[in-house]
Amino acid sequence: MFGAALIVFRETLEAALIIGIIAAATHQVPGRTRWLLGGLLAGLFGAGLVAAATGAIADMASGMGQELFNAAILLVAVLMLAWHNIWMAAHGKELSAAARNTGRDISSGARECSVLFVIIALAVLREGSETALFLYGIAAADGQGGQSTLTGGLLGLAAGALVGWTLYAGLLRIPLHWFFAATSLLVLLLAAGMASQAARLLIQADLLPSLAQPLWDSSALLPPDSAAGILLHGLAGYDARPSGMQIIFYLITFTSITAGMQLTGHGRSKQQGI
Amino acid sequence: MKLSFTIALLLFANAALATDVEASIVIREHHFEPAELAVPAGKKIKLRIENKDATPEEFESHELNREKVIPGNSSTTIYVGPLEAGRYTFFGEFNAKTAQGVLIAQ
Repeated sequence: MFGAALIVFRETLEAALIIGIIAAATHQVPGRTRWLLGGLLAGLFGAGLVAAATGAIADMASGMGQELFNAAILLVAVLMLAWHNIWMAAHGKELSAAARNTGRDISSGARECSVLFVIIALAVLREGSETALFLYGIAAADGQGGQSTLTGGLLGLAAGALVGWTLYAGLLRIPLHWFFAATSLLVLLLAAGMASQAARLLIQADLLPSLAQPLWDSSALLPPDSAAGILLHGLAGYDARPSGMQIIFYLITFTSITAGMQLTGHGRSKQQGI
Repeated sequence: MKLSFTIALLLFANAALATDVEASIVIREHHFEPAELAVPAGKKIKLRIENKDATPEEFESHELNREKVIPGNSSTTIYVGPLEAGRYTFFGEFNAKTAQGVLIAQ
């Protein structure tokens, strides 16, 4: 039971961290709760479909379908997170003004909502399909302990959700003038970490060269299976033995999004004379 | 001209040296067979994993920095390395109690 709880917890954790950060970062966007829940449901539905189609997906692209599929999901999520952060840099101040004056609507808020819908749905789909596969394996295996494993799975799910919720609640306590900086940084790190994971999958499929494997080994300093290692992996894509290509993906994503935010955010601050 | 020819020759020699080495593992009743596998160091390895169980397994290794789900009754390929000489443990995340193995690069 404990083993199952741990596995489901680890799969749930990454999605929960993403949801917690996005939910906090968009808490002033009008109507975002509906879109968040919609993304969650769409993701769960998609996870079921993907789990059922795992065999078919795995056989695509001469056995590298799984890597290509997951890398594509990660890279789409990176683009969405980038869009979100750049949009927030441009509209964050409008939003906090609108929060004080609830009658006002934000013109491009609807597009931002569809972006957050996609981010949540993809996160749940990616982690949920693996959880579904694992639980299916348990259910298919004969009898003994099936019930307690499912109980463990539910406990793991609850624990993962709790961590996500704690992160969300904690982020909302950050004072307003630090809030955008803090949530933007977290979204930025999420995006860079996902880009690095996509690179790892493409190397695993032999579609990209690794360029030094590993570039460094920090597993003695911060083991990847320690609590801090797992949390940092979910939040910022921590990898104890990254390849050179992963670091290139990480840095390119980090600097491009930062540049995009600087360009849009800066122009607006000047316009408003802040 | 002479230099570019030398470079081209070096690249060609390098590509020839880097031919993939194939290795294979079978998963049966949530165990890896063989549980210890020797592979050459310094070469990229095409690791073939066949899951003979009806249930899915996730091949995972922190040391190799690899992770892949293998559906029941199917086989898959994972590229690893080139590795420095040493021991690289791996496990099946869905059945970590029994599914343990190690790749020995030498």
